[in-house]
Amino acid sequence: MTCDEAQILLHALLDNELDAGHARELEAHIATCPACTAEFAAQRDMKRVLAGTTLGYSAPATLRARIEASMPQARPQPSRRSVLRGFAMGSAVSALAATGIVAVVLRQDDQQRILSEVVSAHLRSLQAGHLIDVVSTDQHTVKPWFNGKLDVAPPVIDLTAQGFTLVGGRLDYVDARAIGAVVYKRRQHIINLFVAQTASTEHRPPKTQTMQGFNCRRWGERGLNFWAVSDIGGDELTEFVDKFEAAMKANVEG
Amino acid sequence: MPVSDDFQKAQRFREAALPYLDDVYTLARYLLRDASDAEDAVQECYLRALKHFDSYRGPAMKPWLFAILRNVCNAEYARRAHSHAAIEDTPGAADQTPMWQESEASPETEVLRSRDAGAIRKMIDGLAEPFKETFVLREISNLSYREIAEAVGAPVGTVMSRLARARAMLRAAWMAEEEHSK
Repeated sequence: MTCDEAQILLHALLDNELDAGHARELEAHIATCPACTAEFAAQRDMKRVLAGTTLGYSAPATLRARIEASMPQARPQPSRRSVLRGFAMGSAVSALAATGIVAVVLRQDDQQRILSEVVSAHLRSLQAGHLIDVVSTDQHTVKPWFNGKLDVAPPVIDLTAQGFTLVGGRLDYVDARAIGAVVYKRRQHIINLFVAQTASTEHRPPKTQTMQGFNCRRWGERGLNFWAVSDIGGDELTEFVDKFEAAMKANVEG
Repeated sequence: MPVSDDFQKAQRFREAALPYLDDVYTLARYLLRDASDAEDAVQECYLRALKHFDSYRGPAMKPWLFAILRNVCNAEYARRAHSHAAIEDTPGAADQTPMWQESEASPETEVLRSRDAGAIRKMIDGLAEPFKETFVLREISNLSYREIAEAVGAPVGTVMSRLARARAMLRAAWMAEEEHSK
């Protein structure tokens, strides 16, 4: 094997693309050639440094939204025919029912929009330097930080013992309002827990929805709306919400 | 009903193609070196991909999307070349960059210092085409040689020699910068 060949093939060896026969030949050449030994070591080191660096870019959430908007919508709109069928029945009852359907559809649209905003906020937070405004694993540091920044104090609960590490807090904007985001980590995955005030004090049980590959579990409790968003699996996110709710209940009662 | 066919097609496309959005965007950023041009190119790429999704036979979605993105970016290059008399990355630029240096002058290898991602991205941006593209597809997009060959429409042997050139140029640029910062 010549040096010219070796200088090309050594990359295939580094990339695990070389078959066993060529690999043996190449290794035999490298063993006897100082220049190729040096080049191989140099390229191996560079590859190692590159592998340890994040060189990819994250697509902006606005781009994702633009692409989504340009595609035929996944959620089928009520077809013209079914609307017409409703009117064809002609009675006041069906007209009333039709209005009810419209109201439900609108509310779902609204929730869908907020869900998509929450997911966008989560995506934004994952970009470098956007995740955390106050960095602390101590709930007694994170909680007071929100004072005066929001019209409601988000509950900040340390769940490190339960496998979800508190890493900090952040102000975010959803539905044109400032809301609190409490940030947790599960292994290398980020969980954003968004908390916003709501007029309704009724308890709404948690419900998981998926959007753009993220799981979002939302629920309502004591005048607050919660959205937990992450790329961890649905089971783990449910576990997170269960533990959070249990801890919150214990805090209130204790 | 054709409308619901469209929904279903879009839904299948969404599930197959959207998970690669970051990959496609990353390649566009490196090819076009401009965030807003990259966004436009990626959106156009997804539009075209959806349009041709019926004829997509697999197996790998990522190289297929990359091949479409390359076409979009080449059109963008043509547009730029048309609107500006001279731009820095004309195809001829490859000839002006120094050939890679044999390292025989100093056989003991100098270990490269780790650099922050921004500095490395800049050095990669400085590589001439088609070497930069091949490098990004291998090192950042994690395509196999065969997939790269498919995406760029070149034989595997060409991919290998371009990759060797690209890595040698990158290392030379890296060492030059370290020399400079000493």
